[in-house]
Amino acid sequence: MRFDYHTAYRQGFALLPHTSDRVLYGLLIALLLAVPFFASTYLLGELGYVLILCIAAMGLMVLTGFTGQVSLGHASFVAIGAYAHAWLMTQGLPFALSLPLAALISAGAGLVVGIPAIRVSGLYLAMVTLAFSIVVEQVIGLWRGVTGGFMGMLVPNPELLGLSLSSPRAFYYVCLFFALAVLLALLNLMRSGIGRAFVGVRDSEAAAYALGIPVKRVKVGAFGLSAGVTGLAGALMAHHIGYLTPDAFTLLLSLDLVLMVVIGGMGSLRGAILGAILISLLPRAVAALKALLPEAMARQSGMEIFVAGAVLAFFVLFEPMGLNGRWLKLRALLESFPLYRRDTFRRQKSYMRSERNR
Amino acid sequence: MSSHLELFAQLTANGIAVGSIYALVALGIVLIHKATEVLNFAHGDLLVVAAFSAWALIDKAGLSFWLVLPLVALAMGVLAYGLDALVVRRIVGQPQFAGVMLTIAIAFMMRGLVSMGFGTESQSYATPWTGASTEILGVTVADLSLVIMGSVLLIAALLWLFFRYTRLGIAMQAASQNQLAAHLNGVRVKRVNSLVWALAGVTAAIAGIFLAPITLVDTSLWLITLKALAAIVLGGFGSLPGAVIGGILIGLIEQYAGVYLMHGVKDIAAYLVLILVLILRPTGIMGEAHGRRV
Repeated sequence: MRFDYHTAYRQGFALLPHTSDRVLYGLLIALLLAVPFFASTYLLGELGYVLILCIAAMGLMVLTGFTGQVSLGHASFVAIGAYAHAWLMTQGLPFALSLPLAALISAGAGLVVGIPAIRVSGLYLAMVTLAFSIVVEQVIGLWRGVTGGFMGMLVPNPELLGLSLSSPRAFYYVCLFFALAVLLALLNLMRSGIGRAFVGVRDSEAAAYALGIPVKRVKVGAFGLSAGVTGLAGALMAHHIGYLTPDAFTLLLSLDLVLMVVIGGMGSLRGAILGAILISLLPRAVAALKALLPEAMARQSGMEIFVAGAVLAFFVLFEPMGLNGRWLKLRALLESFPLYRRDTFRRQKSYMRSERNR
Repeated sequence: MSSHLELFAQLTANGIAVGSIYALVALGIVLIHKATEVLNFAHGDLLVVAAFSAWALIDKAGLSFWLVLPLVALAMGVLAYGLDALVVRRIVGQPQFAGVMLTIAIAFMMRGLVSMGFGTESQSYATPWTGASTEILGVTVADLSLVIMGSVLLIAALLWLFFRYTRLGIAMQAASQNQLAAHLNGVRVKRVNSLVWALAGVTAAIAGIFLAPITLVDTSLWLITLKALAAIVLGGFGSLPGAVIGGILIGLIEQYAGVYLMHGVKDIAAYLVLILVLILRPTGIMGEAHGRRV
């Protein structure tokens, strides 16, 4: 067991209150910084991709996990960010200016999609976002003048202050920088008044409204923020892919992002990161599994999608709190070791609650 | 008849034929949603399973179409019953989003199993009406389309009679309106809900068997779920007649958009309709007026 003895107010709101946490997270960051010195080029590229997915998953987590607005179409914001960034760079804008602009454009699109969120919620909102992402995918395919249509579009190499960032090592550091910056920004935002308003709207719109939270503005704002962060991930993704085509941003990417958020655990940024890591490792794990299987079974396609579905079903049925919930349980076990009570996290029996007349 | 009018009539016939399929899929989804408040994203994959099983039985095993139709319909009914009784029922009490995620997971698993079991190539099979067509008032309509329209109308009528006059149908209505009250009145809510799933599975099987010869037997058939969602929203969420009307309207809108609007609009017309309806009139055409519904 650990007891806190605070001697100053600042200690009460430190992000990492305990020395052990500070040491562990410091070691993690040091490890992430040191990876490029011993990892292969291929591994670095993959790690950069995982970091980009972490950013996108955190963006969706702000919306779905914290504000309770379901979006099944977040790939459209990844696409808007990627295309806006690539187009701005071909117009001659420098990397450092184009990246935030792309995030802003994506946030603007998010605000527009957020407007229906004032009128519809729940399943209806999920359907609006789903339809929006299909529409965006088609529009990108047809708008040849800007996006190159289905033929695709080459992304210019990133440069900062005359230094090329296109080498895997440099690009890895760029991704790491943005992932950490987004994480820190969102961590602080989510425990500020704005973040509390988000959670309030998620838990009860009526109660939030009664407490003076401008529910409509919060919902639209959450959409904008989420789309902006996801658009930033999209802009980085553009450099990772190198050549943009509409079929890189299909419904499957949207569903992958939702998978990350759900499997990671709703309402926690740690969950978004854990989920992104798990989902991006899944295809590798299946490929490794296939190598162990007999030839006839290994050749069949469809196993990736089956495993993804099975993992999702497992989490929805048996661990609704996701990876983050598992982590919290593990930590509670370690911290209270001999005194751990199994029923601490027992799920209570629940009954059907209609959402028809909320 | 002038060529403009002829084109319009032809488009209308095609639109109603495609729309009937949307209507049938939409019916299945609305049935499940009304009963259990789960939005079944796996419905399109039930279609895929049905279409592939029908292909395997007709093309590989050489059975006759008339034998395969009831066989596959029955099998899909049992499969859907089992899905609810063994898997989906477990998430009762969790937020609606959990149901969406669980059915998406089931959809992924079914799609994976289908491409593992039947391969990924597109297939097709013949029905008794393949290739034949009839001319009605100067418009040529494929016989298969006529059969589809007829069977959708028949199924809709049967469902109406079933919900209106049978004990089980009325029990289903009761359970969908208020589960607790139905339970207290002696309705076996769990079993009734699973039976609703079975019913939806049968409609999915019929839709799959009829749709596959028109398009192709392919895992991408599941995308029809999304069109059906547009149909449901247009018709008014949770209304069975609305689902049928919405389905046919979406079919018509797509056909007209393909000819009268600019290139590319046809593919997204259904989704644009979905977005517009939800923003402008969330209750749809036939939706019930609840206090705070959406």
